[in-house]
Amino acid sequence: MCGIAGIVCQDRDDRIPISLPRMISMLHHRGPDARRMHVEPAAGLAHARLSVIDLRGGDQPLANDDRTLWITFNGEIFNYVELREYLERGGHRFRTQSDTEVLLRLYEERGRRALADLNGDWAFAIWNSRSRTLLLSRDRMGVRPLYYTIVGRTLLFASEIKALFADPRVSREIDPESVDDIFTVWSPLAPRTIFGSVRELPPGHSLTWHEGHVTVSRDWRPGFVRKSHEQLPDRDAEEQLRAHLTHATRIRLRADVPVGAYLSGGLDSSIVAALAAGERGRAGNGAPPLQTFSLGFDAAEFDERSYQRHVVAALGTEHHELQCTPADIVRVFPQVVWHAEAPLLRTAPAPLYLLAQFVRERGHKVVLTGEGADEVFGGYNIFKEAKLRRMWSERGRASRRAALVKRLYPHLPHLQRQSAALLQSFFHAAPDDLAHPCFSHLPRWSLTSRLKMFFSDDLRASVDGRDAVAEVVARLPADFASWDQLGRAQHLEITQLLPGYLLSSQGDRMAMAHGVETRFPYLDPDVVAFGTSLPDRLLMRGMREKVLLRRVGRTLTPPSVWKRTKQPYRAPGADAFFNTVGPAKAGHDGDDADYVNDLLSPSQIRRDGLFNPDAVSHLVRKFREGKAIGVKDDMALVGILSTQLVIHHFINHFGTDTHGALYTGSEALHRR
Amino acid sequence: MEPYTQDLRHFIVDNFLFGDQSGRFAFSDTDSLQELGIVDSTGVLELVCHLQERYGIAVADEELVPDNLDSVDQIARFIERKRRDAKLVRAS
Repeated sequence: MCGIAGIVCQDRDDRIPISLPRMISMLHHRGPDARRMHVEPAAGLAHARLSVIDLRGGDQPLANDDRTLWITFNGEIFNYVELREYLERGGHRFRTQSDTEVLLRLYEERGRRALADLNGDWAFAIWNSRSRTLLLSRDRMGVRPLYYTIVGRTLLFASEIKALFADPRVSREIDPESVDDIFTVWSPLAPRTIFGSVRELPPGHSLTWHEGHVTVSRDWRPGFVRKSHEQLPDRDAEEQLRAHLTHATRIRLRADVPVGAYLSGGLDSSIVAALAAGERGRAGNGAPPLQTFSLGFDAAEFDERSYQRHVVAALGTEHHELQCTPADIVRVFPQVVWHAEAPLLRTAPAPLYLLAQFVRERGHKVVLTGEGADEVFGGYNIFKEAKLRRMWSERGRASRRAALVKRLYPHLPHLQRQSAALLQSFFHAAPDDLAHPCFSHLPRWSLTSRLKMFFSDDLRASVDGRDAVAEVVARLPADFASWDQLGRAQHLEITQLLPGYLLSSQGDRMAMAHGVETRFPYLDPDVVAFGTSLPDRLLMRGMREKVLLRRVGRTLTPPSVWKRTKQPYRAPGADAFFNTVGPAKAGHDGDDADYVNDLLSPSQIRRDGLFNPDAVSHLVRKFREGKAIGVKDDMALVGILSTQLVIHHFINHFGTDTHGALYTGSEALHRR
Repeated sequence: MEPYTQDLRHFIVDNFLFGDQSGRFAFSDTDSLQELGIVDSTGVLELVCHLQERYGIAVADEELVPDNLDSVDQIARFIERKRRDAKLVRAS
């Protein structure tokens, strides 16, 4: 796990030896163990290394035997052991023990067809110095990030956007369409990023650069082939899923450093921890216990520690708990946005930033997580809500449906008070909505779109007539309308929120801020293929979620966990930004964090130009008076504050100081 | 009802439209605030808190229905009825 960067150009580019070291130095947090470059005329690759596999021999960029192919690679190929055996049978002789060399030799032998053989999380670049062709590739689900930009006849790429900005030629202007995307579907629609000049290589895609020409092509897309497992008996399905998950976990324990596990207290991460602990057990008596890591919150509504402790007791792991307070969230939020490189609508990434730091301080570099299970095995409330809304549009007893809504959202106290008639008015579906291909997601997107009332007149004018939802629809697979309802909703989650937000802003970026690599057994290609071929009855039965996965959990986790209804991961919200810094105060007269006041002040909002200063002042006042109780206000405040932080970090305070060294907005905040 | 509607309009603009007077979110006293997307499920409770604070009205869960709370006029009528009922209770 590492950071990568590179520059290739059509003509001789004198800046490569200057820009490339700067670019890779911006990624030091991703790879603190070593930093190397390969520079040749008009091309350069760089690598910041986090040593996980082949600690001594795995340095990069790495060349093939005749030094015509060079690779810089971020990620892990978990089936590299099997691929190496295959290559050795074919006569390849290896110089290192690394998965990087396996990847390079496999590419040398099979070209881009090699991508289909990989089981792993990757973002890599391979430079063919003979044909002067660059290949960029990114894993299927979008675990590892990869960005690029084109300046004249030069292409620059890097694991994070900040590295591209280390080259002063790269424009750092905000893309209004991306802001519009984020304030609709939570993230820019790839390949857009928040910055107009920077493109993301979308998950499951490759980019080829040759003589200044760029071609981007899709290598993979999730398929939903329910029919193939329609007749599969439940017991056989359970055995198959367990076998897939066991294998996925086993190969994700491959590392030359210890691999720990995150534990949320829910079904998904508990199953992964149980499987990992089981693999430890197989390794023999001498193996140290699995190390597990979890978050705890003071507020009972977010806290899951009692469940975590049941799992720890059942599995005998060596457990580490981090207590996270609202003040902690406020304190690290500027760094969180610096690493996420995108506006955020929730504070939820902040505790995960702190957890990764906690893991690293305890000497761990690699953790397994339960991310992906809800998408692949039907766990999210949005799936149930869609079912309810569809039911509600038909005839039936409103009181029973109201009870279901209340059961679905036990963590939203305001819903608990409301009458069936009122809930019906919020949860019923209009006929047009029922026919919409994205029916399941319309309430979320429509709620988020309401935040655009805070846009400035200029921003509104620049996205006038634009419809982000229509753009999502235009990108759907051609036969999407024939898919079942749950499959459609899963596809939207897997292709939109998962890579755009969960795996990036809340995943890779928070962990790699501290040089911690996250691994996701539920996103193993075989697990995903199996999950997306399961019939509805094994995913969601009535209002019971993750039916089949729960059956697997029954044999691996305590009853308190596998019988549990899903509790969404949530963190203390935007009211944390007001009066939480300094001594705890009960009233609303405490000190807000300085940066919050500065960045949300009417003068700063006006200067930065994206939001309406009067509306923002009203919102801030509502928070100060303790009257902001809803999700929408919360998302608005976090969304505006994080956007202001993006502008602060990457536009207003990004540059070189008088000594020629780069400094960043993140540092500027602390210098004050 | 007039004083109530003025106050309610002010509360709605201030609290749900964050002071926006541009006319982009124009609403009449009979428009459904839910259909216009001005009041959502949380907004109903913000409105109820306002009625309790400003007019001393206690709102029971069974009164949280669209007939009472969906438009400015309906809310104003609801306030009137509740205050009249409260007076009657006190008088008796």
